[in-house]
Amino acid sequence: MESDVLLQMTDVCKSFPGVKALDHVSLTVRRGTVHALMGENGAGKSTLMKCLFGIYFKDEGTTLLEGREVNFKSSKDALENGVAMVHQELNQALKRSVMDNLWLGRYPTTGGFIVNEHAMLQETKRVFEELEIDVDPHQIMSTLPVSKRQMVEIAKAVSYNAKIIVFDEPTSSLTEEEVEHLFRIINMLRDKGCGIIYISHKMAEILRISDDVTVMRDGQWVDTRPAAELDNATLIKLMVGRELGSQFPPKTNEPGEVYLEVEGLTAQYSALKDVSFTARKGEIVGLAGLDGSGRTETLENIFGVATRHSGVIKLGGKTVKNKNSRQSIKAGFALLTEERRATGIFGIRNIRDNTVISSLKKHLKAHICLSEKSMHEDTKWAIEAMRIKTPNQEEKIRSLSGGNQQKVILGRWLLTSPEVLLLDEPTRGIDVGAKYEIYQLIIDLANEGKTVLMVSSEMPELLGVCDRILVMSGGRLAGEVDARTATQEEIMTLAAKFA
Amino acid sequence: MKNPVNALKQTSERYKTLDAKDRKKFWIDGLLNNAIYIILVIFLIYTYMKNSNIASASSAVNLLNLVAANLPMALGIGGCIVLTGTDLSAGRVVGLTGAISASLLQATTYINKFYADMGEVPIIAVILLAMLIGGIVGLVNGFFVAKFQLHPFIVTLATQLIVYGACLLYYMSNGNNGQPISGLSDKYTNFVKGTILPKIGGQSIPNYVIYALIVLAIMWFIWNKTPFGKNMFAVGSNPEAAKVSGVNVFLTTVMVHTLAGITYGYTGFIDAARIASNTANSGQNYESDAIAACVIGGVSFVGGTGTIGGVVLGVVLLRIIFVCLNYLAIDQNLQYIIKGAIILLACSIDMRKYLTKK
Repeated sequence: MESDVLLQMTDVCKSFPGVKALDHVSLTVRRGTVHALMGENGAGKSTLMKCLFGIYFKDEGTTLLEGREVNFKSSKDALENGVAMVHQELNQALKRSVMDNLWLGRYPTTGGFIVNEHAMLQETKRVFEELEIDVDPHQIMSTLPVSKRQMVEIAKAVSYNAKIIVFDEPTSSLTEEEVEHLFRIINMLRDKGCGIIYISHKMAEILRISDDVTVMRDGQWVDTRPAAELDNATLIKLMVGRELGSQFPPKTNEPGEVYLEVEGLTAQYSALKDVSFTARKGEIVGLAGLDGSGRTETLENIFGVATRHSGVIKLGGKTVKNKNSRQSIKAGFALLTEERRATGIFGIRNIRDNTVISSLKKHLKAHICLSEKSMHEDTKWAIEAMRIKTPNQEEKIRSLSGGNQQKVILGRWLLTSPEVLLLDEPTRGIDVGAKYEIYQLIIDLANEGKTVLMVSSEMPELLGVCDRILVMSGGRLAGEVDARTATQEEIMTLAAKFA
Repeated sequence: MKNPVNALKQTSERYKTLDAKDRKKFWIDGLLNNAIYIILVIFLIYTYMKNSNIASASSAVNLLNLVAANLPMALGIGGCIVLTGTDLSAGRVVGLTGAISASLLQATTYINKFYADMGEVPIIAVILLAMLIGGIVGLVNGFFVAKFQLHPFIVTLATQLIVYGACLLYYMSNGNNGQPISGLSDKYTNFVKGTILPKIGGQSIPNYVIYALIVLAIMWFIWNKTPFGKNMFAVGSNPEAAKVSGVNVFLTTVMVHTLAGITYGYTGFIDAARIASNTANSGQNYESDAIAACVIGGVSFVGGTGTIGGVVLGVVLLRIIFVCLNYLAIDQNLQYIIKGAIILLACSIDMRKYLTKK
């Protein structure tokens, strides 16, 4: 079987300042198979692939491609040697056409310096036809939905005639139908003798599509097994390294009277339509649904950072305006945003500045001068209450880990004394230990009588932390389930209702 | 506040843990990050060897005067740079407000008076008017930047032209026919250039040094002690996060530009009497020196960083270089080339710190 090995990575190590991201990881991909790479966030899957692809340079270890040692210096180098990757984050030139994006960096030319538009169009059509992708090559990238852009990215990888194709979480923004389409493409590539490396969190997908599964944890190789020998429970155990039971803190909060009422919430510029629900004091309400189903939009419209078309928001029976974030904060709302880096942290500023920014008025002396002492005290409180790990308050927030950054932002909001917390993916990109702490903080908040609305893409998390789960689909509220009794299947069925 | 002794201790301890390759990098990084200061010291020593007059009291006071004249504008533009913006209209606003200040404060006995029939105008009214006009230009800049998300480069390029046009028209108006405005009243000249401070080494310190210190104190307070200052840094660092955090991004942006405009108006008022030769080209290219000073002083175009102390340092360093060039009797045309090279060098060193390496 030795000749069947297409790619062999042995004892790969990679360190970043302060972190050992990869610790002697090995991976063997056979010709004509799909090899799934699994592990939690931060397990090192993407880092390993970036080392293969020449985006990072590995510190130690060897990579053999068809028995020949390779060390790609750049992604261009990798692509030219038959290794392609469909990245998790889409790095596309959004203002350019589909065709331009497909041939970026290797435009077919006439005479070496004139771009041959005709050849480009023909080639694009050929690739799209082969893969049954229905996208106009002339369309501007930014006008396509994310799922179509994802398909273009896949077509691009395929068009390199690569021997190894890495798919990094390719289905996170695809509908069920598109996932089927992707699987047809993957099976086609497999039959052609390619080696596919497939990174995903979705266990059902992995078990269905892959031949072999390698599990990683905390930068280390854990196990490689044939997919046929695995099931959900075994996979989780391998990934988490312990039984699932201890993933969530005990639920101690007791929902009280109805506090927040949302009636007919409809957005001006997004698909959000006629969303009505209520939430109680001390209750944690989950918002489930696929990407783009309107979960984030619901929170943004309640908080007033997205423009509302119509709808009424009542707090304790009284209507609140919430036309912008300032009004919402005054009314007692707080919004923890989904994209921590893009809309949460002030990376270049220190922890204290990041903590007090929403509650500056509290620290005013004589209406004009900020008191360093009181800002220092509040930040100290936040660091202690949120258990933020930092040497001091002057540390720049970007040097903290994702979990600690999230705790700083949570602290920022608690200092505004909110009654309703809107949390959008509060544990995204956070390691397991820190997740548990965030869950505990959320439950503690509910214990204090706060109303919590929490959006998450991780269903176990919703089932483990929430009291009630609202399921959204296609911009509308598809239904509501009791978190204690609901199953993932039930939620998925509702999520597909209007999709 | 960081204790310098502790910081040094920490650095030396960290240094001990480095291997040979990293140690080399440590030194190279240290050299490059401080290159501008190292060059400055070498430059000063070289100038002193060529012309020892640079180490005199008159040279020091001259430097102080130049810094005082240039600092307020740099402090204003610094705010725009904190917001990742810039302001190209600054110099022309100085020209316009200078012309207006001079025309209102001519000696009543002067023959070619701009406003022939006007009596004496109180100085305080003129300085407020100059700051008001500067502030209005800044307000317009800020409004278009904040409302339409236009890049400040474009907005201020446009207002620069508009203000210059207004300035030319002003010089043509009232039968002045484009002539320089001179014959300033003694009160005005004394207010700016007179001295109430004791002499230092036989050199008198003009009053505008005191005013610059007052501006400095006010700006320090605004940047460090007011919610507006904190909001400015937040918006510069991440406008989206600032919006979600309840910061009024629109108002903050408008106010930063307005504040900058006010400093230009102030500079126009001072410069009209300080230089006392007011033509339509007064103030031209002032903004390039101010922007360069900010960047040299660590107010970075990446946004959200910079300190008042840094701006002061930047202005001082830049002025020292210019003073040295004069003492070395370097050709004026060549000075432009050297200035340009210094700005390029300073910006490269600054941005180098923010380049992400993998």
